[in-house]
Amino acid sequence: MEQFLLVTLNGLTLAAVYFLVASGLTLIFGLMRVITLAHGTSYLLGGYIGYVIVRETGNWALGALGAALAVGLLGLVIHQLLIRKFQDDDMRVALITLGVALIGTDLMLATFGGTATQVAFPAALQIGVNVPGVGQYPLIRLMILGISIVVGILLSLFINRTRFGSIVRAGVDDSQMTAATGVNVRIVFGAIFFLGSALAGFAGVVGGTLFPLLPGQDGTYLLFSLVVVIVGGMGSIPGAAIGAVLVGLVSQYTLVIAPTYALVVTFALMVVVLAIRPQGIMGRAV
Amino acid sequence: MKQFEPASSQTEDSVFEVTNLNVSYGRVHVLQDVSFTMGREPLGMLGRNGMGKSTLVKAITGFIPAQSGSITFGGKEILGRSPHHVNRSGIAYVPQGRRIFPSLTVHEHLTMVGAKKSDRWNVASIYDLFPRLAERRKNGGGNLSGGEQQMLAIGRALLSNPRLIVMDEPSEGLAPAVVDNLAEVFRALVGEGQAVLLIEQNLHFATELCDRILIMVNGRIAADLPAHAIAGDAEVQSKYLGVV
Repeated sequence: MEQFLLVTLNGLTLAAVYFLVASGLTLIFGLMRVITLAHGTSYLLGGYIGYVIVRETGNWALGALGAALAVGLLGLVIHQLLIRKFQDDDMRVALITLGVALIGTDLMLATFGGTATQVAFPAALQIGVNVPGVGQYPLIRLMILGISIVVGILLSLFINRTRFGSIVRAGVDDSQMTAATGVNVRIVFGAIFFLGSALAGFAGVVGGTLFPLLPGQDGTYLLFSLVVVIVGGMGSIPGAAIGAVLVGLVSQYTLVIAPTYALVVTFALMVVVLAIRPQGIMGRAV
Repeated sequence: MKQFEPASSQTEDSVFEVTNLNVSYGRVHVLQDVSFTMGREPLGMLGRNGMGKSTLVKAITGFIPAQSGSITFGGKEILGRSPHHVNRSGIAYVPQGRRIFPSLTVHEHLTMVGAKKSDRWNVASIYDLFPRLAERRKNGGGNLSGGEQQMLAIGRALLSNPRLIVMDEPSEGLAPAVVDNLAEVFRALVGEGQAVLLIEQNLHFATELCDRILIMVNGRIAADLPAHAIAGDAEVQSKYLGVV
């Protein structure tokens, strides 16, 4: 029982990181229908930027915000320069972002090397707290779970309760008609790309605090966030949360029960969801 | 090329002018030298399916490019500008099939346009015009009847506070009672000086609401007639519109 709860908590905190990465992807992929294969690269780059800022300043929050801002701006530039013109051409966009991802991966390998690094966090937070039924559990993991929940709520409110959110949803439904009501859709989509990339960068710092940052993780996180978005339903923030929790829990449970098959079972989850509900759990049928 | 302002005092803000407009899809020459001018009086455009009416609308709203010609509004060229520029130059669009956003509630459709409280049309005055929309403000765009969708599409267009509204087949697919209701709203708008370009297949609807009617046949303006000349003339109707 104790182990079950511990694994559940591990699964939930892993889900918190998956959710942060996937929420950015669900905005870009789900709302804008842009298939960006550079999303994992944004994650890893965010982690490295956060690592450097925290190393230099000792301020974790500054590292997280700085990484979000830097990766968001980079995403905006890439969208405006490389993606915008081909936005309706899925294959080209996929190839362009794959190219960006490959270049990014190599540049990061050259800059930060191939050994694992981890984002430091204040010693005061490097303690365990007593969780009933589990015992001592790292405070930082619980804090990250909390941060993720807050980000999720803020994002949901932003998309569902603000005028900008209405414009974004309208733009996704019918971008031509949205433009005909006087909205410059280009700017709206640029803003979404900024936000989606910034979330990936932020997730990189959060993830890089819990787990080591390594070359190759860009691919891993791209893959997992795609699974989360597909399971949860494209374009839905609550869907990304549900998908992240499912993927996080399933992968952690199988790691305990049948470690060899952890990855396979995660994908089996996706296959099952797609078989029953092709649009994802919270997705709208097209 | 430099555009010269016409010296004539005839040119006021609201003159909408299409000159020698040509639009092709691939090898199909859909619009052929379309030219007409309108002011504040409502102008109806009739034509059967596939005659180029919707293509003309799409060229006006900036959805599709044209091969040659010009479209000016208040003396400013709008051809080749993007849809949001066309909207900001004072032309709002009520599209064929309504094109309501399924992800937005009625209220969100109205607030997203961003009309100011001091404007002639703001969210409150749209609700006054269409009390039915106020009742359904929390409803999703996908759960509205055809008539309600049409009200919403018109409300959405009015909130841009346009100087010209282009309506593409607003009566299509609506019950007769709803069409009558629509006609009333149309008259009220025209009564306060709102310019409207009405594209229609419904002969009676168009001739009742507009004094002047253009007839489009095979991508050309085939006739420019007063409405009574069409409404009472079976020969004209069968010649241009195939009405028996």
